[in-house]
Amino acid sequence: MRLINRYPDKGTARLLAAIPFAIVLAVYLIASAIRLAGNPDDKLLPGLAQMASAVQEMAFTQDPATGDYLMLDDTLASLERLLAGLGISVAISFIVGIAVGMIPYLRKMLVPFIAAFSMVPPLAILPILFIIVGIGETSKVVLIVIGTAPFMIRDLIMRVEEIPKAQMIKAQTLGASTWAIALRVVVPQMLPRLIDSLRLSLGPAWIYLISAEAIAAQEGLGYRIFLVRRYFSMDIIIPYVLWITLLAFAFDVALRLLQRFAFPWFAGAKTL
Amino acid sequence: MSTIEAKDVWQIYDGRVVLEKINISINEGSFVSIVGPSGCGKTTFLRMLMSEETPSRGTITLDGKPLPAEPTSDRGVVFQRYSVFPHLTVLENVMLPLELAASPLLSRLFGARRRATRDAARTMLEHVGLHAAASFYPAQLSGGMQQRLALAQALMAKPRVLLLDEPFSALDPGTRADIHVLTKRLWEETKMTIVMVTHDISEAFRLGTRVIVFERLNPDDPAHGARMTHDLSVRPRLKDKKVLA
Ligand SMILES: Nc1ncnc2c1ncn2[C@@H]1O[C@H](COP(=O)(O)OP(=O)(O)OP(=O)(O)O)[C@@H](O)[C@H]1O
Ligand SMILES: [Mg+2]
Repeated sequence: MRLINRYPDKGTARLLAAIPFAIVLAVYLIASAIRLAGNPDDKLLPGLAQMASAVQEMAFTQDPATGDYLMLDDTLASLERLLAGLGISVAISFIVGIAVGMIPYLRKMLVPFIAAFSMVPPLAILPILFIIVGIGETSKVVLIVIGTAPFMIRDLIMRVEEIPKAQMIKAQTLGASTWAIALRVVVPQMLPRLIDSLRLSLGPAWIYLISAEAIAAQEGLGYRIFLVRRYFSMDIIIPYVLWITLLAFAFDVALRLLQRFAFPWFAGAKTL
Repeated sequence: MSTIEAKDVWQIYDGRVVLEKINISINEGSFVSIVGPSGCGKTTFLRMLMSEETPSRGTITLDGKPLPAEPTSDRGVVFQRYSVFPHLTVLENVMLPLELAASPLLSRLFGARRRATRDAARTMLEHVGLHAAASFYPAQLSGGMQQRLALAQALMAKPRVLLLDEPFSALDPGTRADIHVLTKRLWEETKMTIVMVTHDISEAFRLGTRVIVFERLNPDDPAHGARMTHDLSVRPRLKDKKVLA
């Protein structure tokens, strides 16, 4: 049979998915073992035991001075910024995207502006943000908003424009006003697409979050990584990176499940 | 009495005449089939009737008044595709026109009014044979069921005129025959005026009380578009025989 027609069964599929992970892990562990054999105090490629004790230290040991768990605090601080930024982004882009996508006057007025604005490299205006709103929480949240909202707005405008003309005509022949079309035809069909857009924005949002934290913060996952870098603490950096990846992956899965269960019509409608 | 009246209607796109000198007066309660070769402007004519396009020249009136500049609920439509809303179940699709009419602010009804609307929608679904599929989404329906749903939905808005653009052309012959019977029954019950574009000549004669042919006499001449070349009234006796056959 042709290669394009051959499908692995369930067990084989799981095994195939595990292979790249296993290879990366094995390569790392071997390299680490070789370096540690040469020098037991090597910091560059810490072994599992070193990382476990660092995680024990960071995540499960109460700070005697403050009574806090450092990794938990870092995680909460970062998530708060991330969710605030993405939440604001989603709200803005949903309203602007649908309004601009539906109303020709707004489209003519705002599409060129949004296209131009989205070309501004967000990190380049980070200094401006620091100057205007200071180096507190606001600047980090605003950076995430500036970094993700233009993409989501443009994506949503296009998705609204993709609604078949026949559907919009049909709604009007059923007596729907502009407002009613927005409420009953456009918004419900855009919600699952907004989730797609949000999923694609998660990556950039993490980039801007880590960048802002690296430059100016007192706590947060990005802050911690860049802080311990000074001490070459790979045994902390690597678990932190894995933890960030896991969080991002979990968000992605959660959004996908939300889409599947909250909008059961969506999968079928894509092929309609 | 005539419902729709087109007087010397032209449609010109980018200097190319698509339709010219269309004069039609459509009687209330009639079923007009429009046939003609592909690209002759049948859809264009229908789009003008639903105010998706305005004629380049000439006027169209509905009940003696110029057509509104945008689609309104007095003219219902069913297209070949994309006629129902994919995010609403069959029942919700049929309820929607009533909700839109009764609730301008939220386009939703609650409590007793919602139940009344749902009952009305259920009755309609039973009427078009979709009762068992009430909780399905359109993507789960066959093509014939989708078109029956589209008809049911359009009828809920109680339009004066129903405009159909090749509504059944994607259906297989058996399904098509069934939906012809349904369409004819709905037309007779509602006494609505129907204008249907079709490629299928036998369908045009089977359903229509009048068959109009659009034809472009000089296909290569951009200064001349398609005209109405035939206007046949279908004798009821002949029509009934065809339906029975
Ligand atoms: N918006 C438009 N701009 C320019 N040309 C158009 C436009 N709409 C239609 N036309 C042209 O008008 C002509 C008639 O198109 P129309 O869709 O009305 O044909 P039709 O009779 O419905 O054909 P078919 O049977 O294939 O559906 C075509 O040549 C088409 O290219
Ligand atoms: Mg057509």
